[in-house]
Amino acid sequence: MIVQYENVIIKTISRILIPFIQIYALYVIMHGHYSPGGGFQGGVILGASFILLVMAFGAEASQKRISLKKLTVLASLGLLIYSGIGLVALLWGGNYLDYGNLPLPLATVPEIRAMGILGIEIGVGIGVMAIMISIFLAITSFETGGENA
Amino acid sequence: MKIFVLLVVLLTGGLLLAGMEEMPGWGDPSSPPSMHVSPRYIEKTMEETATPNMVTSVLADYRGYDTLGETTVIFAAGVACLLLLRKDDP
Repeated sequence: MIVQYENVIIKTISRILIPFIQIYALYVIMHGHYSPGGGFQGGVILGASFILLVMAFGAEASQKRISLKKLTVLASLGLLIYSGIGLVALLWGGNYLDYGNLPLPLATVPEIRAMGILGIEIGVGIGVMAIMISIFLAITSFETGGENA
Repeated sequence: MKIFVLLVVLLTGGLLLAGMEEMPGWGDPSSPPSMHVSPRYIEKTMEETATPNMVTSVLADYRGYDTLGETTVIFAAGVACLLLLRKDDP
């Protein structure tokens, strides 16, 4: 278990950096249509910001924001968004993951496809972020020895 | 046993290296992917998906099943990690 490490420099720097890292991660996810980036990369950056939070403030203190229970729900939600978009396309008369058939109020089919791509990127981002943090939390909360804490 | 394993590894590696001779050259314009699949994506991406970044449209639209599989693999890895390492109390 990572405990709170009393270092004012680390805490202050992370307090300043974390919002910018998260904004950048959202930018990478949303701007995947026009520049390198997308769900995987943005999700990893977003996960890294929360890992920095846990490393700077300790798992106990950040329990209110991120816990393994919430992360499990989020990871499943990410995959559910992805496969759900595919299923909606299937229900509205296309093939599975054929975004052209999504019921969106947009003018042309290519725009609908672009929105479908954005939707699954968001799903991938949420899933990757949650899995990154939960693997980190699981590994750091693992203790060797007989305590089995 | 170790010598047998070494022989198997050397044989497999030799076969792979020998098979590389048959591969198309790097960036060969007359290789099958460059003749059919790549021009199709390059020409049709904008008019079919309105996405300027071709990598994104191939990854998420044309190869959507592949990316769904990747996400599932990551999810499975995380769930396996949690099952093995998580403490029992919530």
